[in-house]
Order: sequence, then structure tokens, then C-alpha cells
Amino acid sequence: MKVRYFAWMKRTVGVAEEELAPPAEVRTVGDLVTWLRGRSPGHAEALAEGAAFGAAVDQRTATFDVPIAGAREVAFFPPFTGG
Amino acid sequence: MAVRVQEADFDVGAELDSLTKGNRRIGGLAVFVGLVREMHVREGLHRDRIDALTLEHYPGMTEKALEEIEAEAHRRWPLEGSLIVHRYGRMEAGERIVLVAVGSPHREAAFEACEFLVDWLKTKAPFWKLEETPKGEQWVAAHEGDDAAAARWEK
Repeated sequence: MKVRYFAWMKRTVGVAEEELAPPAEVRTVGDLVTWLRGRSPGHAEALAEGAAFGAAVDQRTATFDVPIAGAREVAFFPPFTGG
Repeated sequence: MAVRVQEADFDVGAELDSLTKGNRRIGGLAVFVGLVREMHVREGLHRDRIDALTLEHYPGMTEKALEEIEAEAHRRWPLEGSLIVHRYGRMEAGERIVLVAVGSPHREAAFEACEFLVDWLKTKAPFWKLEETPKGEQWVAAHEGDDAAAARWEK
């Protein structure tokens, strides 16, 4: 699956997107966050507990309990500031 | 109903003309145009002027999110036409960022739906502002007032 990062999270992680195959026990967005934290210090900082960020699964806003099975794309981003 | 996300500026008059052209049931057209405003940030005794920003977005999701809130406005109010144009990329103070226009037989629905669309697009569409300051670039933090403005339309 493709994992994408936006705005400051992209800079902290160090990449805009990466193609990953999480293990089977990574079932939800929340599980994925925990798993990604182990990838690098940048991931750990961007996805830290208490950091303000949201997620989308296949381009729809998703809470951390949403399953990621079969998802093509999961994205993480800070709160929106458009308009 | 139409949503566009583009780098280029837009011509407000031409957009409104094409929105209402051929629809004689529209009696009121409410329009919001968002601009980049010159801002000042203070750090201790130092004041910096911000006069440009870059808007990043999530291509694909942005269009879907805007189409969903536009559809929601049409469910809630009797609308005859609507248009959302949102820009991305680098913009300087004074430039247009966003256009929201809503046409309805009567003005109340047009005003309300326009305000609803602006409130929701600020909190539900994936855009992020990066400000240019003399000291470097800085991501804009989300504004609590925007969440409150969006929340009053929840039901």
C-alpha cells in the first residue's frame, strides 16, 4: 500500500510517500501509526503520541479505528488550513 | 454543481456569468471570495510581515471532499447552482485564493449555503498553508475559531 504524508509531516518524515507492506497484525489506521513509528526517528516524531494529525484511507478522512485491509492509499496530514 | 482546484487565478465576473447563464430560476446569488491578506507575526520584540504563502493540497481527495460538501449544501437548501474554485501553489498578498458562489430562488438559502460551504471547506478539505516570513517558511496552525464555525452546521 502507498503511505503518503503532507505539509510539515512530509518534511519531518523525509519522504512524501512510500510503498509499504505492513504485517497482517496491522489492521487499523491506529495500528499502522504505531508500526510506522518504528521505521525512523522522523516517522516517530511526525506520528508521535499527542501530535495533531489526521488520516485518510483511499482519500476519505478516517478515524484511527478504521480498518486498512485492502486499502490502496493511506495518508497522514496536519489539520486543514485552507479557504 | 461544479468544483475546480487549480493553480491559476480566476475571473470572478466570468465565473458568475457562466454559473447563472441559462438558469432563470436563480433569484439570488451569494458569493464569497477569499484573498491572501498581509499579516504580521510577532516574536518577542520582533515583528515580521508575511506577504506570500504556498497552498499545498491532496490532489484527488481535495476534489472529492469539495464535491461532498457541495452535495451536502444541495441536500440542505433549495439551490439552483453552485461553484467552488480553490487555488493551490504560491500566492502573494492581495491575490484571490477561493471562490464560493451559490444561486437559489431566494436570498436566505443562498446566503446560508454560501456561509456553510466556506465554513466546511476550511475544516474538511485537505489544504495546508505555508507562510513565507523573513526568517523562513512556517506552516500555519489550524484556527480554533474555524472548528467552531464549522461545528455549528453539524447535525
